[in-house]
Amino acid sequence: MNEIKIKELKNVVIRFSGDSGDGMQLVGSIFSNLSAYLGNEITTLPDFPTEIRSPRGSLSGVSGYQVQIGSNVYTPGNKANILIAMNPAALKVNAKFLYSDSVIIIDKDSFGLSDLQKASFSTDNPFKELELNSVQIIAAPILQMCRSCLKRDNKQATKNRNIFALGLVCWLLNHPIEIAEKFLYKKLKKNSDVLYDIKNTLLAGYNYGHNTHNSIATYRIEATSHKNGYYTNIDGNKATAYGLIAASEKSSLPLFLASYPITPATDIMQELAARKELNIKTMQAEDEIASACIAIGASFAGNLSVTTTSGPGLALKGEAIGLAVMAEIPLVIIDVQRCGPSTGLPTKSEQSDLMQALYGRNGESPVVVISAVSPTNCFNMAFWACKLAIEHLTPVILLTDGYIANGSSAWRIPNIDEYPNIKPPYVTENIKKNWHPYYRNPVNDVRYWALPGKEGFSHRIGGLEKNCNTSAISIDALNHQKMVKIRQSKIDKIAKYIPLQKIIGDINANLLIIGWGGTYGHLLEAITQIHKSNLEVALIHLNFICPLPLNVEKIINKYKKILVVEQNLGQLANYLRSKINGFQTYQYNQIDGQPINVTHLVEKIKQLL
Amino acid sequence: MTYKVSDFKNSQQICWCPGCGNYGILSSLHKAMATLEIAPHNIVVISGIGCSSRLPYYMNTYGFHTIHGRGAAVATGVKVANPNLSVWLATGDGDCLAIGGNHFIHTIRRNVDINILLMNNKIYGLTKGQYSPTSNRGFISKSSPYGTIENPFRPAELVIGARGCFFARTLDSNIENSSKLLIEAAHHKGTSVIEFILNCVIFNNGINNDIISNSNRLNKTIFLHHGEKMIFGEKNNKGIVLDGFNLKVATIGENGYTLNDVLVHDETTTDPNLHLKLALMDGDELPLALGIIRNVESQVYDIEVEKQIQKIKTTKTERTLNDFLMSGDVWEIS
Repeated sequence: MNEIKIKELKNVVIRFSGDSGDGMQLVGSIFSNLSAYLGNEITTLPDFPTEIRSPRGSLSGVSGYQVQIGSNVYTPGNKANILIAMNPAALKVNAKFLYSDSVIIIDKDSFGLSDLQKASFSTDNPFKELELNSVQIIAAPILQMCRSCLKRDNKQATKNRNIFALGLVCWLLNHPIEIAEKFLYKKLKKNSDVLYDIKNTLLAGYNYGHNTHNSIATYRIEATSHKNGYYTNIDGNKATAYGLIAASEKSSLPLFLASYPITPATDIMQELAARKELNIKTMQAEDEIASACIAIGASFAGNLSVTTTSGPGLALKGEAIGLAVMAEIPLVIIDVQRCGPSTGLPTKSEQSDLMQALYGRNGESPVVVISAVSPTNCFNMAFWACKLAIEHLTPVILLTDGYIANGSSAWRIPNIDEYPNIKPPYVTENIKKNWHPYYRNPVNDVRYWALPGKEGFSHRIGGLEKNCNTSAISIDALNHQKMVKIRQSKIDKIAKYIPLQKIIGDINANLLIIGWGGTYGHLLEAITQIHKSNLEVALIHLNFICPLPLNVEKIINKYKKILVVEQNLGQLANYLRSKINGFQTYQYNQIDGQPINVTHLVEKIKQLL
Repeated sequence: MTYKVSDFKNSQQICWCPGCGNYGILSSLHKAMATLEIAPHNIVVISGIGCSSRLPYYMNTYGFHTIHGRGAAVATGVKVANPNLSVWLATGDGDCLAIGGNHFIHTIRRNVDINILLMNNKIYGLTKGQYSPTSNRGFISKSSPYGTIENPFRPAELVIGARGCFFARTLDSNIENSSKLLIEAAHHKGTSVIEFILNCVIFNNGINNDIISNSNRLNKTIFLHHGEKMIFGEKNNKGIVLDGFNLKVATIGENGYTLNDVLVHDETTTDPNLHLKLALMDGDELPLALGIIRNVESQVYDIEVEKQIQKIKTTKTERTLNDFLMSGDVWEIS
């Protein structure tokens, strides 16, 4: 019997890394689902190269998938405890994300001299060259072992290397191989011959670890107690799509999406395009502008209408969003932010579209701006975007980002009955006598919605200013000023219809941290660490940005010091300066396309305490 | 239910210049709609920006005056969201062929069931007289004081290039014929494009007189009728005949040409080549063709969208978000 060495850990971070064709995303996501199934909390971060297939073995072609599993998991983690490096390039790219005692699994068969050269190593010892002197290395002859698992087709061996690695990781984490097998089968849906090979390969990986590496401690991860219910693993883009479907059900409006493909937002369109059985209409438009305009047309006709995009696309949609502001029709715009300006870093994440969302249109053109803070929160915020758009006849911009769009977590499937109904402010026979298109409900300044096909309410609207009493075209100066103000007040009044802001952490601290959007997990981890050092800090993390929840100003005024943390040069900080008299803040701005570095942030916070 | 022309008019003051060709187009549309027996509240008129795009304000229907060039996209959204509506697009040569060129060709390519009124006056009127993408080469305007040095678009070429199924041409002033064509366009399933040869009385007055003035019209234009010989001229003795792969005008009874040599118009042939040749006749050597040039049946986008949904519903049983989520990778924690 081998001596069994098992480390009990709360959390462990695993990073799968290889060529973009090596199937790292696939085994990464299977491993995450498996871990979630076993009761671990998970947060994942896929890290793709921009190019679909760079030259094999090159540094630019490395694709990664990182997952943190355990309890109180808020982020995918900064550094990896376990790295799977399928080639020298993957090792080199990820060297900076390792601890001194991390476990590194490599495919020995792809660490030959020519492989090392492709990754620009100058010696035959990559570990020494990268100064990885105390890491624990498992150098498995993966390709060779994959070959021996095959019934016939030898070409398949290269493709199965990821499966072998998965088996090896399952051994390392004490994950039962039978369950891994089930998840794998479900994902692959192949014919029985292939499945037989795959099963053998997975088992070979597991056994390889078991038989040869008793010197390396394996990990057992604490399972956490979840709320009862049904769970699935979900990424932010899927959660967004499902939130839209939920809103369609709760408003009894057909869901209509028009979009143009753009990284990292495309998955939302693809998810909805595949859901025709739920009565969803999707259109891939000829360009970003068309997608916004098609969505506007569908909204005019009475559908729950959505267009999805990323920063450059939001810029193109600007004029159309202005039309929806002027015509006062509902429109949900989802911007999955990425690094800009221009094409920027399409696969990397940033929070730099806030100002564009708030102000990136001609004229006084107020819209609602909200943000999602985590992959699963995308569901609720997509629902909120629809609710506010429909009930207040306004465009709503939902900001998510590439990090939460592609990151995933285990998600408890919600009970849709617990979500509020969405009630469109339709015209009624009672108001017919006084009605004109811009006739409003004085309580919330929302006009009434008359859909084409409804007798007795035929009307014309459009981008020209209209008379506030008759809705006829008007160039009257005072009327314009009045209409500008009422369009603004309509948005301001929405503050009464959104939840109050919650404070997290030590309410009585001196320092308040303010964040928004996808940095939530990192800020939560940072304040947890601060708390462990017996220091005090409070956090407000904004879902609703325009309008701000009613209590935000009051909260902010209670604290001596404020630190706004965001992945841009200070857009929320500037917005708050413009909204809150005398607002003074410190800023923490990380704008390198990577998730917030919690260690650095904690240091910064400690300096302020 | 029967309707009167007045059911489609409203009290909005019309602000086109006196003598503008758009008045005729508006009357043709009112007249066509009264004949179509579609209730005003089931009609939506969309437009972009420009003189032509003011038209929805003068209709007692649902209307949406949108942004420059994007009317075709908005109209697409309306129709696909609710295929029961009768959807019309009022647009001009600048709106539709310059800033909105992309939406124009893609709407036609998809074959969304909307009717496009393309009012072509070869000038930007509302911005006060710049050349448009249909202005002839050398055209002098405020933005081309020494004449344009670019080739114009010929709308029919774009329509057929985008695999369009319905193309008709008419004159702004010919209300009788225009309203008939609009009715045919409405009956056609799929995108219909009706090009109006439009006179801008301020910036481009008389631009088409060489062809359409009363004295020239009979010899310079031909009205095509499906199934009939392509005959025109003051004496009705000229016909369109084949000359190799090209078209030419022959006088019946001269040079050995008889009535048998004259082509018969078939608007329904799928092959677009002859339709394109007819549509490109420009009133120079060959007469400008009016009437329905192409009218071909094809799959209609908004109908196909609904069909696909119905088809998928027969293969999948999930009907709610919860059904769908529970059918996926789900595990229970209790």
